[in-house]
Parts: sequence; structure tokens; C-alpha cells
Amino acid sequence: MRLRLVRQNTNFDFFSRWRLWLGLSALLIVVSFASFLLQGLNYGIDFRGGTTIRTESTEPVDVGTYRAALETLALGDVSISEVFDPTFGPDQNVAMIRIQAQEGEEAVTATLIEEVGVALQAVDPGLKLPFASVESVGPKVSGELIQTAAIAVVLAIAAVLIYIWLRFEWQFAVGAVVALVHDVILTIGIFSELQIKFDLAIIAALLTIVGYSLNDTVVVFDRVRENLIKYKSKDLNEVLNISINETLSRTFMTSATTLLALIALFVLGGDVIRGFVFAMIWGVIVGTYSSIFVASAILLWLGVKRDWSKPTDTTGNQFGNIDA
Amino acid sequence: MLQIDAWKRITIWLTLLVGLTLAMPNAFYTRVETYNDAMQAIELGADTTENRDAASVWPDFLPSGLVNLGLDLRGGAHLLAEVQLDDVYAARMDSLWPDVRDVLRPERATVGTIRLQPSEPGTLRVRISEEAGMARALELVRGLAQPVVTLTGVGAQDLDVSGDGNDIIVQLSEEEKRATDERTMQQSLEIIRRRIDEVGTREPTIQRQGADRILIQVPGIGSAAELKEIIGTTAQLTFQPVIGRTSDENDAPGIGNELLPSMDEEGIFYILEQAPVVTGEELVDAQPSFDQNGRPAVNFRFNPSGARAFGDYTAQNIGNPFAIVLDEEVISAPTIQSHIPGGSGIITGNFTVEESTNLAVLLRAGALPAELSFLEERTIGPELGQDSIDAGKIATIIAFVGVLIFMALSYGLFGLFANVALILNIAMIFGLLSLVGATLTLPGIAGIVLTVGMAVDANVLVFERIREELKTAKGPARAIELGYEKALSAIIDANITTFITAVILYVMGSGPVRGFAITLGFGILTSVFTAIFVTRLLIVIWFERRRPKQIEV
Repeated sequence: MRLRLVRQNTNFDFFSRWRLWLGLSALLIVVSFASFLLQGLNYGIDFRGGTTIRTESTEPVDVGTYRAALETLALGDVSISEVFDPTFGPDQNVAMIRIQAQEGEEAVTATLIEEVGVALQAVDPGLKLPFASVESVGPKVSGELIQTAAIAVVLAIAAVLIYIWLRFEWQFAVGAVVALVHDVILTIGIFSELQIKFDLAIIAALLTIVGYSLNDTVVVFDRVRENLIKYKSKDLNEVLNISINETLSRTFMTSATTLLALIALFVLGGDVIRGFVFAMIWGVIVGTYSSIFVASAILLWLGVKRDWSKPTDTTGNQFGNIDA
Repeated sequence: MLQIDAWKRITIWLTLLVGLTLAMPNAFYTRVETYNDAMQAIELGADTTENRDAASVWPDFLPSGLVNLGLDLRGGAHLLAEVQLDDVYAARMDSLWPDVRDVLRPERATVGTIRLQPSEPGTLRVRISEEAGMARALELVRGLAQPVVTLTGVGAQDLDVSGDGNDIIVQLSEEEKRATDERTMQQSLEIIRRRIDEVGTREPTIQRQGADRILIQVPGIGSAAELKEIIGTTAQLTFQPVIGRTSDENDAPGIGNELLPSMDEEGIFYILEQAPVVTGEELVDAQPSFDQNGRPAVNFRFNPSGARAFGDYTAQNIGNPFAIVLDEEVISAPTIQSHIPGGSGIITGNFTVEESTNLAVLLRAGALPAELSFLEERTIGPELGQDSIDAGKIATIIAFVGVLIFMALSYGLFGLFANVALILNIAMIFGLLSLVGATLTLPGIAGIVLTVGMAVDANVLVFERIREELKTAKGPARAIELGYEKALSAIIDANITTFITAVILYVMGSGPVRGFAITLGFGILTSVFTAIFVTRLLIVIWFERRRPKQIEV
């Protein structure tokens, strides 16, 4: 007896309501934009400069006392949050302190960190010094980091657009890229909505989502291309449905194994990379959805060349079989 | 039919063997680390029995490459420094003034009086009283220029000399600036490396980034502040003529002079000539020592040209004070008692033993040609790093076991084949990482976990395809063959696109993100290899032995 996530020979009709699905995605994109514009992202110091200090104490953390202790130092905008994690020991109380970039200083000064340590230890005798970690990024670098990050995402999408265009047809490329942009926007949207810290690692996650979602889309498209040749007389709608149903089992298997691995990391991997893993989990779910309901729906909308018997220069250059 | 040539089988087995051998040292991490440290010490000349013993814990014939642990896993300090390249232009112009004065002096009749004018740092402005002599003056000053020493700036001169009314304006030419920048960066890198080596720490990373930045990562160091103390001081030592002493910090020092505070005496300032007699660059040695009163001091020795300049100056200025200046602070300003010909001397001040030792280290390593400013700094405590490793390990194992069980349940025997491939896959990733000496970071662990999840994708694609083919094809052998054949283009397309994003991440990213890109990229390579070749080989071997009439995938 085999474990089956999807029963054999499914025959779902994915496109009877394709306008609805595209509409839903469009709506989510609008919501993401609105959230991004109204609320903005909770940028980490990578992107806005400043200092974060990770404190560890044997005493329970009282954010209020910490704040009061630091107020005397006149550091400007200070935010303090306690961190909870199942991997922490019983006497391990962790807090993150974020201090805005100080006037006239690129990176934080050693004396400032020392002062913070002294001030906090006065109210919390259980505080461990030196701090578990201190990270400081100057405004100059953070500006550049945002720029490079944005360029990286755009470059990745552009590279993919070109690759799919060369391997398939332009309609496929447009479908794939719309799906990617959809995934990226929705991920940024949820980060803005939930105010999860958005730092450099999240950009890496975004690019991985781009890679994963694409992976999914390409597998479906590959089958579509094959079936377009096989069923010359069927409607595009039908061909797409057949292709998605045929690959559905694989889609779910891969998503399931990837999610399994990611969830293990989310629960047990510690709080340092939790945001990063969250982005990827979200990306896998959204990416799977988008390769069926966005990429393929766009393909249906745009229509596609039906006669694949005469390959042109830009199409049909499938990789040769390996003859091992 | 299902067949794999013998040479292909051998290649596959060999590749696996190499990968596993390369990965193996990581299973004995601390032991191999001890071995590597000992070997390095022996190579550097510390061939003691202790080191020999330490080296014997790991056999020499086995590979000893390890995956480096990133700062976020091991703890340590990370600094991104920006070299203030403009400083060097300014210093060059400051030291040019005496030369300009000297070439113009003999021509007083044509150019009139020569006076240094205040100017922006990096430009030299000299006023002559006779405008008619301008052409001659410009010609003379241009005579000071020298050809730029670069490959590209052929024929270019290092100085840009122009006239502006009665003023001669001298600047470094663009070509010279570029050449100077290059030199400054090389020197800074070299000096930072020497200073960190003097302190002796394991595997520091010192890398140039972009035009004017240097990335410094030192594992195991307590804090970024400590690291900054070692590399952040420029240690510019100069010996400058003293003009006067004052307690008013707003005193105008006069053009060509500067006002610098005293290191020991609060509120005392010295007026010094800006152009130094000798600089720390001419030092060949510096050692911590004690002066005749038993106070900590630093002994130093000049190279021949430095010794000559120092000797000449002391001979001509007996009875005058001169200042020993370190990083814009006057350490001391002794009066020259006699001609000092030997080129060696002693710096005394209010040092502690530690300070004098540090100063000697800094002087020996050489001065940084320009000041550093720090744009980014991160300190990660060793405990946090250990916590991250522990959490990452547990998460990876759970993820791994989960995927293994899931695959076995879904695909039975074929799932087991995929699982063997998956285990080999992880080993291969570690093998590759060790081979290139890559650094494993926390996001890198996430990359491996993600690979575990995604590596099965290629197998899933094939197995699903075989299932489909079983419905139509004639016999299991044909179904397996077709399954591999038809799934191939999807596997290749899907993995190339992911690989593209990994490459972009690597090129654009930095630090931990780069670590993630490396494991992701390697993961794609190894997972395609194990899925297409290894599982297939396993299936074929199984098929040849059993010759099943029907199969269930």
C-alpha cells in the first residue's frame, strides 16, 4: 500500500473559473500593495542602518525596565522585544534591542555598547555580558544593500524570463514571470502585514521562492508542451487541464517534502532564521498555487501556438536524451 | 533496454567515492581541526613534539579539508571598513610644499615672494607676488611631476599643475589618483593582514570589496571593538619640527603648520611644521623596551635613508625641540641634545607595558596609509553560534528523517533507492563545500535543508513518470527507461532556472546570503547527479538481478 497525496487519475477542472482565480490573485496583489504603502515593511538594520543587540539573561526580561534604563542614554529611537523560542533553555531569556543609527557615526562605537551593557546590568543582574551578538550597519551601507537586493531580484526574474522564452514560447515566459512577480509581491505583502523583520536574509528567501515557484511552473509547462504535440485537436483549456492533472501528484509530493523539511527548520531551527524559513514556507505554498492558477491561467488567456511539428529557432530545443 | 555501460558505472561510483572521501573529515571535525592547526604550526617552523603529537591524530594520506564555519555559527567579529583614500592625496600635497618652495626659491627674481595659501585638502595653492613670472613658475613646478607608474596611464604625469591669477594650484592627476588608490588599497590590505597575523588567530578573512572597502572577519575574537583596536589605528608615526607650544587650542598655527594636542599633558598643544622630517614608513624595526628610568618605551631603528634624514636634521638643529607624533597626537617633544647618526632611538611617553607592546606591534606592521572608517560591524558570541549549530543540526536531522520516511511510504522500494541517493547527496554537498573551502553559515544550513526537500523532486518526477508509463508501456523495463527519458527535460529546465537564481544570489549577495547561495547551488548540482545517475544505477542493478515481471512504483 502506498501513501498517495493525490489519488490516481484525477480529473479536476482547474480552468472553469480561471477568471475568478486571476481576479483573486489580482486582489491579493492589491491588498499587498496597500499594506506595503500604508504600513510599510519592518526593515531590519541591514536596510535602514542602526544597531541590534541580542541580550541573554537568567532573569525574566522586563521590556519596560529595559526601556527605562536605556532612556537615560538618549539614543533616539529604541525598540525592545522579547524573543521566545522552543529551543531556549529554562533560564534563557532573550531580548532584541534595536537602536537607530546614531548621528554622525557610521557604525556603533565600542563605548556606546559598553554604556548599554552597564545600564542594563544595573536593572537586570542576570544579564550576560558581553552581549550574545551586536550587529551594526551604517546608513551608507544599508542604502547600498537595498539597492543591490532590488537589483538581484530584478536580475533573477529577467534571467528567468529569457531562459523560458528561449526554451518555450513567449507566452510561457510571460506566464511564468507573472507568477513569479505574483509570488514576490505576495511575500512582501505578508511581511508588511505581519510586520515581520525584513532583512538581507529575506531577500535570499525571496530569490529562492523565485527559484522554487519557477521549478514548479516549468514542470507544468514542460508537460503542457508535450501534450500540445500529443493532443493537436483538443482545446487549449483541455490540454492545460490534462497537463496539470497529470503532474498534480508530483506537484504535491515535492511541495510536501519541501514543506516537511522547512517546517522542521521552522520549529527547531532557532529564532535567528525563523523569519527566513517563514518566507520560504509561504513561498512554497504561494508558488505551488501560482504555477497552476496564475502561470497556466495566463497561458490560457494569452493563447499559444498550436502547431509544434515544425520547431522554429527559438522553440522546441529540448535537451537530448541521456543515453546512459 | 535498461543498460548502463561499464565505464559509466565506474565513473559514477568513482565520483561518489571522491565525494564521500572529501566529505569524511567533517565527520571528525575537532580531530581534523587539531591536525590542521598542528600542521600549520609545523609549517611555520614550530616543529615541536607537542605539535607532532597533535598532528598524529589524523592520518596524513586522508584529505583534511573542512567546511569552514561562518561567523554566525562559530562566533567572532565582522567589520566592513572604508579606506579614506582622500587622506592620501592630502598627505601627498602636504609633503609636496617643501619641494615646490625649493624649486621656486632660486627664481625669486622672476616669481617674487612665494607663499603657501590655505586650500582644500588634496590641493596645494601657492601664491607668487609677480604675476609675470607665472609661466616660469608653472614650468618649474611641472618639472616636479613624474610619470605615473601604471599599465594603463602611459605617458601620464602624476601632478596636475594650473595657474589661477597669482596662484599656482597643484593637484594629483586623475591617473595618479587611480594608481594611488590601487596602491593604498593594496598596502592597507597587507598591513591589516600583518596586524591580524601578529595577534595570531585562526582563518581570518581579509578581502577587498569594491573600490575602497575591506571586509575583515575574524572568528573566535571576543568583539568587534577588540578587532577595531588592532586594525583601526593608523599608527602614522612622524617626526616633525616644533615651532612652538601653546595652551590655546584655537591658536592659528600659520600656513604650512599644524596644531596638535599633546598625548600626556592635558590642554597643551604644539605648533608643528606640517611636513615631517622622517615618517614611520622608514622604520625597519620597533621593539618594546624600558627607558633609563624603567618606564615602558619603544625602541626603533630607521632604514638607511631614514637614518640619513634623521641624522642630518639632528645635526643642524641641536638645541631645538622636535616632536614625535603618533596619529595626530604628540607623544613627546624632546630637545635635540646632539647629532644622532645611527638611525635608532627610543620613544618614551606615559605608556603602560601593554601599550608599548601594542605600539611596537603597530609600528612594526607598518602604518596604514590612510584612515579607516567602519561602515558595518557585527559581533556574534560563541554561545549563540553553538546554539545555532545545535538547532540547525537537530532541524536538519528531523527534516532528513521525515523526508526519508515520506519517500519510503510513497514509493516503496523505489523510495528507498531515492533515499540512498539523498544520503549520498548530502555527503556530496559537504564534499564539494570542503573541496572549495566554502563557508557554512546559518542560512547555508537552511540551504541544505531546502535541498533535502527539493532533491527528491527529480526522483519524484521520474517515479511519477514511470507510474504513468507503466499504464501504457510494454513491460517494466521499457517503463523505467521512458520514465527517465521523458522526465529529463523537466528536470533539467527546473534545475537550471533554480541554479540561475543561486548564481545571482552568489554574485550579488554578501556574507550569510552568499553562504546560502553556495549550498543551494551545490545542492542543485549534486541532486541532479544523484537523481539522474545514482538512483538510476541502483534501479538498473536491482532490475538486472531480479528481472521482475512487473513492478510497483
